Amino acid sequence: MDETDVLEHLPLRALHEELGGSFVPFAGWEMPVRYGPGVMAEHLWCREKAGLFDVSHMGQVMLPADAGEALEALLPMDVIGLQEGRQRYAFFTNAQGGLLDDLMIARHAEGLHLVVNAACAATDIAHLESHVPDVRVLSDRALLALQGPMAATVLERLVSGVAELRFMDVARLRWEGVDLWISRSGYTGEDGFEISLPVEGAEGFARALLRDEHVAPIGLGARDTLRLEAGLPLYGQDLGPEITPVEAGLTWAIQKVRRPGGARAGGYPGADVIAAQIEGGAPRKRIGLLPEGRAPMRAGTEVFAAEIGGKRVGVVTSGGFAPSLGAPVALALIEAGIADDAALWGEVRGRRLPVASMRPPFVAHRYHR
Amino acid sequence: MKFTEDHEWLNPDVEDGDVIVVGITEYAATQLGDVVFVELPEVETRVAKGDEIVVIESVKAASDIVAPIDGEIVEVNDALTDNPGLVNEDPLGAGWFFKIRVEDVGALDDFMTEDEYKDHTGN
Repeated sequence: MDETDVLEHLPLRALHEELGGSFVPFAGWEMPVRYGPGVMAEHLWCREKAGLFDVSHMGQVMLPADAGEALEALLPMDVIGLQEGRQRYAFFTNAQGGLLDDLMIARHAEGLHLVVNAACAATDIAHLESHVPDVRVLSDRALLALQGPMAATVLERLVSGVAELRFMDVARLRWEGVDLWISRSGYTGEDGFEISLPVEGAEGFARALLRDEHVAPIGLGARDTLRLEAGLPLYGQDLGPEITPVEAGLTWAIQKVRRPGGARAGGYPGADVIAAQIEGGAPRKRIGLLPEGRAPMRAGTEVFAAEIGGKRVGVVTSGGFAPSLGAPVALALIEAGIADDAALWGEVRGRRLPVASMRPPFVAHRYHR
Repeated sequence: MKFTEDHEWLNPDVEDGDVIVVGITEYAATQLGDVVFVELPEVETRVAKGDEIVVIESVKAASDIVAPIDGEIVEVNDALTDNPGLVNEDPLGAGWFFKIRVEDVGALDDFMTEDEYKDHTGN
């Protein structure tokens, strides 16, 4: 595909137009960035009620049930030990210990269901195909997310049984004969669900959800502010091939069995680098910043440990306005030697503005554990 | 009221005929989305047409507002500092940005009329 002029359309494109969506190009797809109410209102709606997101641009792949061992050669997660009906956050690494993409792995009876970022999907699939047999790309499935404190009540009315799922559980359920793969997860910090379903059943299901007065469609704009407030890193901004999982604050996602001393330690690309950083520390760390005042600090804003002079100690990787806080927030990658409570400044349009550092999330997670 | 290609409106101040009030149009406010931060110029600054004198940030991105005409900034709308959402709520009224004293009010004739601006935005 020529990315400069050909954008892929979501299977529910017509529905998004009908709902008043405005579209922007994102990772080769034309995506609804907001609907009538705008980013701020959509964001707050999702935190208070239930928001419906179309994330069908993300790549979906099915691997054979016995592909765990082959997959563990590409990433530092315990895939073999992942139980049926459970999902796990994961990331592919490169030989330098950097991050190639982050993804979700769910174990169904028939195999491992992977969901990868749209921008990385083509390279991820090629990477998988060169290491894992029988990679099946699920281009005939859409992906919807229903997020927010009312998501469980709303979805349970249509799909009996989802309320019993806990965070990161997965189940195969049916709605009017449509085969739903439902996980209790998402990328907003709220309780909610991600629902993989055949493209032909997706519009009817989305309309059924939208008929509930508590559900509103939410665009890519609010998806970004929601995940930023929840302190969740975005691949391509907060995560990338030059950033290791230890630097990105993702060591928690590497299970003990794959860490130094574990039964299946190492054996993935960059394992030596990552193991050394787990034991001896990494040169940089990811922190949250709360700028004083209202000026947002966007990605690329340089961070200093002094108001005047001094060298740069880090850079903002994601930043903007947090609608739930009514204030700007940012994620930054800074030198590991900077103390957690150090006074820092972000340079915006040539002026150094004070920021407080903190450990994300900015808005507490409300997962149903 | 007159309009620029940069989606600003210009209106003579009711109290002083040499002073022009400047803001952005409803079209621009809608395109920007929710405004969350406005940085205004200092009063008594002399500006030239095209100078970037206001920073406006929406949830999505930062943009600049340029001086539509040569002159001196005589007043800024401080209310925007604490309540930048006024730009979305009332772009043609309470969401004004600054007042600029100009040499020649006749220069306003060079700007677009409302009908011409509507053609410009395709509305």
